[in-house]
Amino acid sequence: MFLFILRRLAAGLVLVFVIGTLTFFLTSLTGSDPARQILGNQATLEQIADKRAELGLDQPLLSQYGHWLGGVVQGDLGTSWSNNQSVSKLVSQALPITMSLVLGALVLTAILGVGLGVLAAVRGGWIDKVVQVVSVVAFAVPNFLLGLVLALVFAVGLGLFPALGYTPFATSPGRWLASITLPAIALAIGAMATVAAQTRGSMVDVLQQDYVRTLRSRGIPTRSVLLKHALRNAAPASLTVLSLQFIALISGAVVIEKVFGLTGIGERATSAANQGDIPLVLGIVMVTVVLVVIVNLLVDLALGWLNPKVRIS
Amino acid sequence: MNGPQQLVEIDQVVVDYPVKGWRRPPFRALSDISLNIGAGETVGLVGESGSGKTTLGRAILGLAPVTGGEIRFEGRVISTLGRRDRQALSRDIQVVFQDPYTSLNPAMTVNDILTEPLLVTGTTRKDADRRVRDLLDEVHLPTDAGRRLPREFSGGQRQRIAIARALSRDPKLIVCDEPVSALDLSTQATVLDLFIEIQNRTGVAYLFVTHDLSVVRHISHRVAVMHRGSIVEQGDAATVTSTPSESYTQRLLLAAPVPDPIRQAVRREERRAFAAGTASAVG
Amino acid sequence: MSTVNGGLAANLATPPLAATAQAPRPGFLRRLLRDPLAVISLAWLTVVLLASVFAPLLTSQDPIASKITDALAPMGGDHPLGTNGIGTDVWAQLVYGGRTSLIGSLIVVVVALLVGLPAGIMAGYYRGWFDSAANWVASLIMALPAIIVLLVVLAELGRSTYLAMAVFGLLIGPGVFRLIRASVVSVREELYVDAARVSGLGDARIMRRHILPVVVAPTIIQVSQLLGIAIVIQAGLEFLGLGSANQASWGGMLSDAFQNIYSAPSLLLWPGLIIVLTVTAFCLLGNSFRDALGVGGAAAHARSKKFAGIKDSVVAAIDTAPTGTSTTAKVPDDAVLVIDDLKVAYPLPDGTESVVVKGVSLTLRRGEILGLVGESGSGKSQTAFSVLGLLPPQARTTATTMTFDGQDLRELSKKAMNQLRGQGIGYIPQEPMSNLDPSFRIGSQLTEPMRHHLGMSAAAAKTAAVGLLARVGIQDPERVFAAYPHEISGGMAQRVLIAGAVSCNPDLLIADEPTTALDVTVQAEVLDLIRELQAERQMGVLLVTHYFGVVADICDTVAVMQNGRIVETAPAKQLFAAPQHEYTRMLLASTLEDGAARPALVSGSESTSQAVTSEGAKQ
Repeated sequence: MFLFILRRLAAGLVLVFVIGTLTFFLTSLTGSDPARQILGNQATLEQIADKRAELGLDQPLLSQYGHWLGGVVQGDLGTSWSNNQSVSKLVSQALPITMSLVLGALVLTAILGVGLGVLAAVRGGWIDKVVQVVSVVAFAVPNFLLGLVLALVFAVGLGLFPALGYTPFATSPGRWLASITLPAIALAIGAMATVAAQTRGSMVDVLQQDYVRTLRSRGIPTRSVLLKHALRNAAPASLTVLSLQFIALISGAVVIEKVFGLTGIGERATSAANQGDIPLVLGIVMVTVVLVVIVNLLVDLALGWLNPKVRIS
Repeated sequence: MNGPQQLVEIDQVVVDYPVKGWRRPPFRALSDISLNIGAGETVGLVGESGSGKTTLGRAILGLAPVTGGEIRFEGRVISTLGRRDRQALSRDIQVVFQDPYTSLNPAMTVNDILTEPLLVTGTTRKDADRRVRDLLDEVHLPTDAGRRLPREFSGGQRQRIAIARALSRDPKLIVCDEPVSALDLSTQATVLDLFIEIQNRTGVAYLFVTHDLSVVRHISHRVAVMHRGSIVEQGDAATVTSTPSESYTQRLLLAAPVPDPIRQAVRREERRAFAAGTASAVG
Repeated sequence: MSTVNGGLAANLATPPLAATAQAPRPGFLRRLLRDPLAVISLAWLTVVLLASVFAPLLTSQDPIASKITDALAPMGGDHPLGTNGIGTDVWAQLVYGGRTSLIGSLIVVVVALLVGLPAGIMAGYYRGWFDSAANWVASLIMALPAIIVLLVVLAELGRSTYLAMAVFGLLIGPGVFRLIRASVVSVREELYVDAARVSGLGDARIMRRHILPVVVAPTIIQVSQLLGIAIVIQAGLEFLGLGSANQASWGGMLSDAFQNIYSAPSLLLWPGLIIVLTVTAFCLLGNSFRDALGVGGAAAHARSKKFAGIKDSVVAAIDTAPTGTSTTAKVPDDAVLVIDDLKVAYPLPDGTESVVVKGVSLTLRRGEILGLVGESGSGKSQTAFSVLGLLPPQARTTATTMTFDGQDLRELSKKAMNQLRGQGIGYIPQEPMSNLDPSFRIGSQLTEPMRHHLGMSAAAAKTAAVGLLARVGIQDPERVFAAYPHEISGGMAQRVLIAGAVSCNPDLLIADEPTTALDVTVQAEVLDLIRELQAERQMGVLLVTHYFGVVADICDTVAVMQNGRIVETAPAKQLFAAPQHEYTRMLLASTLEDGAARPALVSGSESTSQAVTSEGAKQ
């Protein structure tokens, strides 16, 4: 088990490194001159040259890379070109908002998705059909559209939730919860449908296995067979789907943040990309990938623990 | 019984499979196997699970890696052949597998399945079709079977189709990997008789892999007994399957139940006595 | 946007579990068109396609012209659906936007297939270094949140919807790759591929003829879902303002609606509706494809093992207790199981029924071993399972009598039947390895029924279980108690299962081919074990088998089944000595025992062949 963890950790680090490097070189192939972009079209050539030196853009590319890499390893993600603040600071301001949203959506997805999937598999009949129909529709509705509708109905119409803005947890837990409820629901819907479909599929498969029949032949109560044995064996597939959904949820958060006026990572990324603020873009990509790697690692650990063949080796 | 040149010579063959993991030693499926098969002969290969009997068959077919020793066919080394040469060999060495339900492509008609090996080696469509009709006749299947899909046939009939496919290019050797183990009792007998009939008519040789002693006795001229990757005993069928010299073979014999209660009770006692005897000899 | 990788994930995980490697059965189109959902989806998609293609005919308005004076006009007149915030006609945007969406999703699919399909086939067929490398690259790409990548790319290369869709196709490619690879790997291991190689077929031909047809089905299903996902992603990008300028788009319409959400919330309706309907149509079509192609567990693949009973499912947890009116027949006092006129039938798709057990009657006394012998399809396993009440829910069981130890099994409630199982009636299955729960230790699987039925504490149950393991001949019972199923051999697993069957001291034991999957030496020992346990506890044993040697070794009485009926019942010695029914005689004659062996081959000539049918087993 220990070697397993070590291997996964190493693989994760390699992943972060490779993606960071690729992104760095991709963004430095920019067609437009960042200095010009920042100073505007009225700038003189001399001003542009000065700016380039200031940003370190007159250095050879590889040394820029080395400089950046060195900084990253020490936790310094550089300085934003559009507002001169530290990228790390900007990202750490925006991160809690996005994470509240994504983690909230993940929890909703896990509970509802697995729950509905198990229900559909075990009860069958019309419940199964309903869950399948709901899954298809939930999958088809773009999450930002749902967000808009939810905002219209519950925020604007009924005034139960704020339509815009975010309240940090530290300020007021109640208002924090209110500010992320609608966005998290909107974000979670599609993911929940996928998880429900997957869970239902793997539960049905497990229930058809020989050992389930043998367990029943021993007279073990049905509830135990379903919730203790079947669910345990169907869990790995659901976990795998959940980890893939995490990545998708981050993607989805970008759009949801616009709908609900949340200044999270997504909103930052959009404006950074539009302004050509490369350090900020790079910083966001790095942080995002690190998050994904961490979540994947946790899920891999859980999967390894669930699988007796891995756990005891 | 060794004539001047054997059809197949298996000479101190070793098969190792790599094991996944950090510097783990490979798994030795076959150690130092030496066995010959003469033209027109049936050599039975009998053993329990893990004995390596299927691996040996697959090694002859080129489906398992030979990491030591040689396999020679008509004097020529075949254990290290490349892809192209293996394909040429398919004319002489063929196979019938155990599972009649997955050894035939469920999406192809019987005709397609049977003509495929012929068409890829240059036979014309007309000749191929004619050959298929002859083959179906040889295995006692109706000639209109060609138009149907495998799933419309029973297990025994599918094995006949598999046999027909093996025969299509007049091979000299057919490796039979437990071909009747998945069949019903009554079908087993008829399919085994078919094998014998074909051998009588065409002179093809068989390597007949099975776990069932009574099957191997019925069909083989000579028998080799395998245990944990080695051959523990080989000789002519009559001797090995009734008065073997090795204790493992004797154990196998005594363990197989006889379909008669009175004689089975006797055999049970013999088995117990034998086990006690060997235990006290060891202990 | 949460559907980015999500929808694929649903497909990614299912194939290895449920996919059966087979090419589409003929008649697929016909089956598809019989599905009403498929027809509706196809109809809707055709409407959308035609509307997009013939957009100029459907509206004379310019989809990208803006006329502020006309902003937010109501529906009617020149503008059948009104205008948006900058005066552009909504209907025009809708139909021209269809073009953007459809072309965009097509681009995604084409790119994804180009990336994923050939790579998946190569990796799955050849394995080796290409497989490892491709898998690693796939993991890399799949770890990236799509929108972030698209933002970066679009920032570098400018706003362009079609470019973004091409990049998205690249990002989705690994999902397609994984799916295709999984399909190819599963086909690769089929025996008919081995047979093709031995037949001399080259790799190219094998891939084309045997592998590709199997890959077609999951590809079609996935393409259908990809088209749906692509539309949603595209709408999101356009909503963010990253789509091409000067191009009508559904997402752009939503963006405009968002900006005017307080003044004209109804602008959400039209683009929202058309997106939801179109994507739903693609998804439903994908599901219908899956059903029509028979992939993913819906169709029964012909991998029926010789003696496999119909698998059970716990869905609805219905116990199939037989029904029927009872008669008071004369029953011996020490009878532990009495069955009279048992019938089991399954409904067929065309409304009729298939009767697999056609009126079976038998009596089993305490301490007696009754062998139920027959070939495949004889209904012997079905009979055994109907006693346990473990047939699939769609089975219909009737019997005049079905009593266990005086209790009428037909009247029992689900709960009562469950109580009986394990404690009154024990079961030994056929396949040792697949009948143990792989995720739980052996000890836990043994103690759970004992604690439930006998109310034992954990410690007492453990002691009992370890004792039981020793009794069934396991050398190191403590170690096996703590072990997982994958750590023990097949023979040991079968002993564990036997221990589990007798652990709560049942009076009746039902053994379904308990030695068929075992080596002959292990079989002999297991039969000894069953005989000893049965004698110790005076259980009645119903032993299902196809092997007469087993019957001769252990059974007191034999019942021979053919085609759902018992054709002969007799004490074992009598049956073997003087079989009455011709089917029994035929079966006994087919056994190969006592046939003479063929003499060693003298070079050149061959000695006489031997036909079994003339040589009989009797001397």
